[in-house]
Amino acid sequence: MQLLSQLKIGQNATITAIEADEYLFHRLSALGFRVGKPLSIIRRANFNGPLHVRLGTTDVILRDSEATRIRINAEI
Amino acid sequence: MKRIALLGMPNTGKSTLFNRISGASARVGNWPGITVDLMSAKILIGGHIAELIDLPGIYDLHGFSEDEQVVRRFLSNNAVDLVIVLLNSSQIDRQLSLVLQIKKLNIPSVLALNMADEAKQSGITIDTESLAKAMHLPVLSISAKYGDGLPKALQAATQIINQNQTATDPKVISQLLQEDHQIEHEMEDLIQRHVQIPTTFTNNTTDKIDKILLHKWFGLPIFFVAMFILFQFIFTVGKPLQDGLAWALSLFRSGLLEPIFASSPAWFSGLMLDGVYNGVATVAAFVPIIVLFFLVMSMVEDSGYLSRAAFLMDSLMAKMGLDGRGFVMMLMGFGCNVPALMGTRIMRSRPMRLLTMLVIPLSLCSARLQVFIFIITALFTAKHAPLVLFTLYVMSFLTMFLTAILFQGQYKNTEPFILELPPYRFPTLRQIVLRGWHEVKHFLVRASKFIVIGVVMVWALTNFPSNVPAASAGTYAGQIGALFAPILDPLGINNQLAIALIFGFVAKEIVVGALAVIYGMQGDALMVHMATQIDWVQAMSFMLFTLIYTPCLSTIATLKSEAKSSAFMWLSIAWSLGLAWVVSFVFYQGARWLGY
Repeated sequence: MQLLSQLKIGQNATITAIEADEYLFHRLSALGFRVGKPLSIIRRANFNGPLHVRLGTTDVILRDSEATRIRINAEI
Repeated sequence: MKRIALLGMPNTGKSTLFNRISGASARVGNWPGITVDLMSAKILIGGHIAELIDLPGIYDLHGFSEDEQVVRRFLSNNAVDLVIVLLNSSQIDRQLSLVLQIKKLNIPSVLALNMADEAKQSGITIDTESLAKAMHLPVLSISAKYGDGLPKALQAATQIINQNQTATDPKVISQLLQEDHQIEHEMEDLIQRHVQIPTTFTNNTTDKIDKILLHKWFGLPIFFVAMFILFQFIFTVGKPLQDGLAWALSLFRSGLLEPIFASSPAWFSGLMLDGVYNGVATVAAFVPIIVLFFLVMSMVEDSGYLSRAAFLMDSLMAKMGLDGRGFVMMLMGFGCNVPALMGTRIMRSRPMRLLTMLVIPLSLCSARLQVFIFIITALFTAKHAPLVLFTLYVMSFLTMFLTAILFQGQYKNTEPFILELPPYRFPTLRQIVLRGWHEVKHFLVRASKFIVIGVVMVWALTNFPSNVPAASAGTYAGQIGALFAPILDPLGINNQLAIALIFGFVAKEIVVGALAVIYGMQGDALMVHMATQIDWVQAMSFMLFTLIYTPCLSTIATLKSEAKSSAFMWLSIAWSLGLAWVVSFVFYQGARWLGY
């Protein structure tokens, strides 16, 4: 088990837990971040910028600080 | 009259659908319970006239952002006969939650699935008939962009409207809204039964474009070059149009208006011709460029490139206490500061919102652009013109960055940054023209009101008292100019320009019209005359001041109502005036010291 922020570019993973306050939780779940959903990281912006994550049919960008709230199981 | 609300998540093509149904008849209006203006239009549906309201795009009826609150307050203060919920077909697996939330409120609804073509391309199949049965509401595939399936959807809406159910009491809805229903399972169940989604999903075209536009090192330079080329395009295409219109307008004056007013009293023909007509004609000549600007901007906005800009800029923006969305609002501010300020509602953290709102009025809006184009055309060669304009855009960014850096300590941000990246979509010509037309109409209504009043006042100030020569030092305008001389002389801004600046406080749309009235000339004659009155250093100093000081009264009013604080409004005014003075002073004195 690791954090979404630690996932490598191109690697696939499954969400195992979301640890966020109510506001962030609502927003994440509206964009498709739910336990059990597969996702992968497409790219990361320069200078420690946001992550470009693909969840099913949705592409989302989010910062490291939000990505650390999402626990994942990476595919080996 | 029946009332129909249009609801959907952001990036589902909601405004496109609204524009398509309402045509060009939409207007902005106030609603009970909310302080925000919403677009609405009267439409003919099944023999009834109904009012269609475009609600803000939201993710979640129970969310915490301001737009989400606006929708809740709207629904609990206004009876609605029907809600058309618009979803993006390819994202039905998560967007279905919104329509389930609406259903829980017992409001009659129609589900419109937009972008069916995109979904088909990525292998998603939705059984609309069985989904409709399972959900007990009409479900229809449509294309807001091309209009496919729209008649059927409207027919379904008509049927519901014709059933003449009494609309649910808003009070009941307000109670229902307080419960947060668990709809997760219901949604997953529906998706599993009625929708097929392939496990791997890629939008190849978008991926390929993103590889280039979001490139680690080339992404940002490409973005700035693209913006530069767009501005260059607006200039190159707009200039001949502007010249043609100016020529036609002056012909109209000499050929028709002057003979008509020849017999009327001198003061009256002066007011009408040198005041109203000169002012309005000078401003009207800029309409082609403004139209082009809005057309290009709405194209960029609809294409999905703006959220890419947010991705590219976020790490830089984070250093200034802002985020990528703030950058997008700054870009929107280049059209008009007012909608950009209103756009900050998507931010929940008040400090970050205030910081973004402090920054936005510094973005070079289309009204300032018009002043700059005028001055640049008058005082710079065609070769230098785009460069000067580009410099002003760079200055606009620099002042925004400086402001954010200086104030970020006061406004500490706590807001998470999560943004959807929609696939690239090329808007149709119809879409661009409709969007552009709405913006232009808005601009013209606002501009014409300010301009006519403004130029008449300028004319009065420059022509009274009547015993001194017009526009001389003895007139009221001259006296006001003299009053400000100690402050503005060190910036190279003379008395005439000072008057224009004072009126520019009301709206930048007036500035060029005011110059026309002050100098008593219009078009080319005015430009030639101004070139003899001031040199390029003064012109640049004037433009820098115009760029940085308070954009207009509408912006101030919006700032106050959005921030709900007069203190914040005064801070914004004081900061921008102070910064404008310092920047112009440093530039003007520096340039003179260097011998220019």
